[in-house]
Amino acid sequence: MRFLWHRQRDLEDSDCIILPGGFAHGDYLRAGAIARFSPIMDAVLAHARRGNPVVGICNGFQVLTEIGLLPGALLHNLSLRFIHRPVSLRIERHDTRFTRMYAMEDVIELPIAHGQGRYYAPPPVIAELENENQVLFRYCSPAGLTDSSWNPNGSLNGIAGICNREGNVMGMMPHPERRLNPILGGVDGKALFMSLVESV
Amino acid sequence: MTARVFITPKPDILDPQGKAVGNALHDLGYEEVSDVRVGKYLTLEITPVPGKDPRERLEEMCRRLLANINIESFSIEISDR
Repeated sequence: MRFLWHRQRDLEDSDCIILPGGFAHGDYLRAGAIARFSPIMDAVLAHARRGNPVVGICNGFQVLTEIGLLPGALLHNLSLRFIHRPVSLRIERHDTRFTRMYAMEDVIELPIAHGQGRYYAPPPVIAELENENQVLFRYCSPAGLTDSSWNPNGSLNGIAGICNREGNVMGMMPHPERRLNPILGGVDGKALFMSLVESV
Repeated sequence: MTARVFITPKPDILDPQGKAVGNALHDLGYEEVSDVRVGKYLTLEITPVPGKDPRERLEEMCRRLLANINIESFSIEISDR
């Protein structure tokens, strides 16, 4: 794994690109609105268009929607509060390059930390996401129930993470990278990265 | 030349910020307010590019960066001062 600076134009032969969380440009104007024009994003776009894997986590997910690699938008949480706590997520698909190693688990726990995590898309787009099985993670109870009381931010259909039609670009608001070690509270994020590594 | 850009959330978008402002106004006794939507207002100082229509350029700026046209509408006013 290596770090690429947003101003460089070269992906250095990377197999998978991960856009991390954060507050790029202070979320000014709209979260991810300015970061999507970072010089490196031309190469990321080309990388994605060739069918290679791209993962956006939190702010990274916001950047992917702003640049159009994923549909929809992330709006301010309904409660207007920044929410920082663990949530349960139901894994909706076990056959993707991002979730294959989760075979036996249906519900995992990952932390969220965001003020702008409410997933929105117009009704026809939501319908298409559901019909085409592009929803990868959904907010749920620890037992896997997806009613609205377990939705932390008002995301439509409790959507926490999606992929594009082609299945190579994925975005999620929760943080798998913060659950890789028991010291951090759990290892439910590990299988996502292992799935990625195995798929390359 | 000064351009004024108004960016507002599209009607179908839930605006919790607007709701919070509306509730606060009610708390202050202004019951006559029924719906509040919160948007953005930008002013841009423009030196027109020769051969280019300033309004066209501004609309491009709005579509590319200033507004997310999936969730926002924009309007532009141009004045000489």
